[in-house]
Amino acid sequence: MLYIKCPHCGWRSQNEFSYGGDATVKRPKLGKEVTDQEWDDFVYNRKSLRGKHWELWQHLSGCRQWIKVERDTATHEIFKTLKASEEIS
Amino acid sequence: MTQSFRLENVGLINRNKKLSFKFNGKVYYGYEGDTLASALIANGVHLVGRSFKYHRPRGFFGAGVDEPYAIVQLYRNGETEPNIKATEQELFEGLEATSVNCWPSVNFDIGAINNFLKIFLPAGFYYKTFMWPKSFWFKVYEPFIRKAAGLGVASTKHDKERYEHKYEYCDLLITGSGPSGLASAYAAAKNGARVILAEDKSRFGGTLLTSEVNIGNQSGKEWAESIISELKEMPNVTVKNRSQVFGYYDHNMLVMSERISDHLPKTKKFHPKQRLWYIRAKEVLISSGSIERPIVFGNNDTPGVMLSSAAKEYLKVYGVLVGKNPLIFTNNDSGYETAIEFYKNGINPIILDTRKDPKSEIVDEAKNLGINIKFSYVVVAAQGYKKVKSADIAKISEDKEQLGTIENIKCDCICVSGFWTPTIHLASQSGNKTKFKEDIDAFVPGTSKQNETTLGAANGNYTLEETLKNSFEAGHKLSKEITKNDNKVSFPNVIEKKSTVHDKFWCVPLPKGKNYKRFLDFQNDVAVSDIEIALKEGYRSIEHVKRYTTLGMATDQGKTSNLNGLQLVSKIENKVVPAVGHTTFRPPYTPVSIGAIVGREVGKHSKPTRKSPMHSWHEKNNAVFVDAGVWLRPRYYKQGNESLFEGSKREAKNVRTNVGVCDVTTLGKIDIKGPDAAELLNRVYTNAWLKLPVGKARYGVMLREDGIVMDDGTTTRISENHYHMTTTTAQAANVLSHLEYYLQLVWPELNVNVVSTTEQWAGAAIAGPKSRELLQKLFPKSDVSNEGLPFMGYMEGDLFGVKARIFRISFSGELAYEVNVESDNGYFMWEKIMEIGQEFKIQPYGTEALSTLRIEMGHVAGSELDGRTIPYDNSLEGLLSKKKDFIGKRSLNRKAFTAEDRQKIVGVVPLDKKTSIPEGSHLVKDSNAPLPNPKLGYISASCWSVEYDNPFSLAIVKDGKNMIGKKLFVMSPLKNKVIPVEIVSSHYVDPKGERVRS
Repeated sequence: MLYIKCPHCGWRSQNEFSYGGDATVKRPKLGKEVTDQEWDDFVYNRKSLRGKHWELWQHLSGCRQWIKVERDTATHEIFKTLKASEEIS
Repeated sequence: MTQSFRLENVGLINRNKKLSFKFNGKVYYGYEGDTLASALIANGVHLVGRSFKYHRPRGFFGAGVDEPYAIVQLYRNGETEPNIKATEQELFEGLEATSVNCWPSVNFDIGAINNFLKIFLPAGFYYKTFMWPKSFWFKVYEPFIRKAAGLGVASTKHDKERYEHKYEYCDLLITGSGPSGLASAYAAAKNGARVILAEDKSRFGGTLLTSEVNIGNQSGKEWAESIISELKEMPNVTVKNRSQVFGYYDHNMLVMSERISDHLPKTKKFHPKQRLWYIRAKEVLISSGSIERPIVFGNNDTPGVMLSSAAKEYLKVYGVLVGKNPLIFTNNDSGYETAIEFYKNGINPIILDTRKDPKSEIVDEAKNLGINIKFSYVVVAAQGYKKVKSADIAKISEDKEQLGTIENIKCDCICVSGFWTPTIHLASQSGNKTKFKEDIDAFVPGTSKQNETTLGAANGNYTLEETLKNSFEAGHKLSKEITKNDNKVSFPNVIEKKSTVHDKFWCVPLPKGKNYKRFLDFQNDVAVSDIEIALKEGYRSIEHVKRYTTLGMATDQGKTSNLNGLQLVSKIENKVVPAVGHTTFRPPYTPVSIGAIVGREVGKHSKPTRKSPMHSWHEKNNAVFVDAGVWLRPRYYKQGNESLFEGSKREAKNVRTNVGVCDVTTLGKIDIKGPDAAELLNRVYTNAWLKLPVGKARYGVMLREDGIVMDDGTTTRISENHYHMTTTTAQAANVLSHLEYYLQLVWPELNVNVVSTTEQWAGAAIAGPKSRELLQKLFPKSDVSNEGLPFMGYMEGDLFGVKARIFRISFSGELAYEVNVESDNGYFMWEKIMEIGQEFKIQPYGTEALSTLRIEMGHVAGSELDGRTIPYDNSLEGLLSKKKDFIGKRSLNRKAFTAEDRQKIVGVVPLDKKTSIPEGSHLVKDSNAPLPNPKLGYISASCWSVEYDNPFSLAIVKDGKNMIGKKLFVMSPLKNKVIPVEIVSSHYVDPKGERVRS
């Protein structure tokens, strides 16, 4: 079970969180014309990386905040966590 | 029976407490502090089971967790449990156990015929034999394998015992209480660290209990006792015996199973049987010691052949002799320690040492005692069937290839020592890449991946002084990093006998003309010849050899067999052992009971049960409940002997003719506040929300980004910047997360706050033609006329002093209202509705009637919004705004979603107007078409229409819009039904929706 540092609450066990997918995907602006390819990339196409990956988690049984977590998908090592408002650097 | 193999005045057992127990129906006696194994050996019982494949007689091989043979079926307090190691099970008064893998009895076992057929049961036997003919698999092979396989029988009864889970955090978790565990725990505890010390056995001390050493002028055992009693008194230390840390998981989380009651005849009141600990440790110190490994020789599985360290433990801990005429077969000094212990207790052992001329303190001591030692000697084969009677021994040449003349000597046990294998399981599970240590011929942990340190024998360090020194240092250093304290404990003076190097000899060659079975894996009957076959057949990877031969599999996970297996493969392949590598270590280290894993999450406790504030009223009024997500909801209120069908029909009919009331507390409710609340709704829902006036409700549908319908419900504008959203019961949690996702990540500029209020409100739906009259009486001060409270209107009211929210919304399709009050007032509201509703012939209705009402109205619910349908499929395309963008809109123009013959919801009526249509059935054009019959759609929901008194279903059908009026067939292969049906509009009752507006 992973040990995740919630930027709001501190270190908590994985069972308080729920996984929310790739954090680097940006939703196209509402009302903006997008091509089929752009839309498919937003809705479906994911890289499924082996290695370092920025992903979203929600601290569901805690502060309910969505957070960004940089995790190695192969080793589960977590390098960094950010608040939803913080930009991935 | 007398305990004829029990010594007087030796051992740590409590001789004041004699215990009786039964093994295979026979009564024996032992003492408190015995294991089942030690008590049986004390009684001279060595035959405890039959082997897995050949059904050869099996005795005891070890004295603890590494035991491959002595697995029994245990009976305790009316329950039975399989897969219990006799070497681990502590004796209690009235214990009963039986052998496994034998029929009709352990002494006369019919399966032993496999032993004589062993030529037909080589490696890969199952793969080769049970392949063909295919039709034999289910009828012949599977029942045969099922009968033959397994180590005991699991009970099919409900387990009455209680198991618990516990979460714990600590600075240092130390696994094992031998010298390294005690020293590191002591140093860390004295330095202020929060320490958990876990010991698998009932007694603390590990090898200190059996070795002749002196620490700080105390015996090893006394030193261990003094350290443990001091640790137990410290508030920052948790000391646990009977606790096995069996798994090392990510981010330094380890799992430990504590056997709290297994050693007692009966679990004490309010105690669990076992407790599973989830421990998050900052640092882990692995001090799990090492396991002696066997030397391979002919018939080395005969009862009476056992590890020399086990023989020593039986003697020193339990005061039990494993034999009175022992033969010690060793390649290192450890065997001498066992021999000396025998000698001290009046038994004359013979030592066979594979080494030519070893020189050390221990060897000298044995020589000086006059013990008979034969150097450069080996055991060629054990003789005896159910117990060792003698041994064929021979001199072995210097190159270890040639055997001299074979002599037969009498003995009643053979104690084997092939040196020591570090227990690296936990380190390996943590991700540590192990390395091979030449001088000990075994793998040890390499570079740590997580915060783990391996100490002492587990790290291949077999001298006490060095072990203690390293462990004190590690405990101090790691705790210092955490606590920042620097309290050092003084290092005690250590006296131990020096030993010399072991002989890297592990397998005795076969003498000419003999074909003895030489076993590597004792639990799975894997012999040297099996590995040879596997390699001959082309298996190379050690992982493949393992699976093909079953070497190192089963419940002992090869604790005694793995290294010798690797030695053999490396010898045949002419590689070095590290080049062969070892198989992956996976948790659990030793079997864990399913009960402990499940914990308290059983039966009704598998998840919390939610009940509405009106639950007790429903109970009092014969409600039959149904699980609705985490909630319990009334399915129908049973009157007399009414069936579900009759009861729900009565309730639904009463809604259509008079008035009914339904508990709708379970609906998800989300309170939405903020100046941008309308904008949020406008983006989340598919229809327009910006112009909804205060005091009005609107029905909305929300999509996922892929265009699939996520949920539906009504949202009401309570005041300028305040909305009350309802969701379906099932999707309540997901919708809240969904809104939070968009507010926090996608549109943080929106000034809106959302919070779940599902549990804050109790809800009652009042539906039926007489609902308005009833409502007027409930709220005499409010104007609830069609003008005062029109369809989709909202007002606040005073329910006899209780503040209420009144929504004019309808799921049943009748004139209907939903009244919400704060949860605490729910029961009061419900009673008032029932009381005043009497004159209107009110009846409560449950979820079954609720479904009937919505189905015949063609209102969609969870069975249509099933995560596979878009708005069009549910005839909700009228709610798609063309003017604005919303979540998922862009996906709706995908080709499949806009296809001419896209699936759509329809109504289905059987032609005979009698036959009920099973939900989930398929719709086809021709019921006699060849298989696979092209499927046009599926039945999503079925009911008995109370309006027309015939069956009616909803279905989602390809090209649904052109199907109305067509005649099709419903097929349910599951129920073996074919029903001719007509496709009609999904709005079967009141298609214009006049009633809700009346």
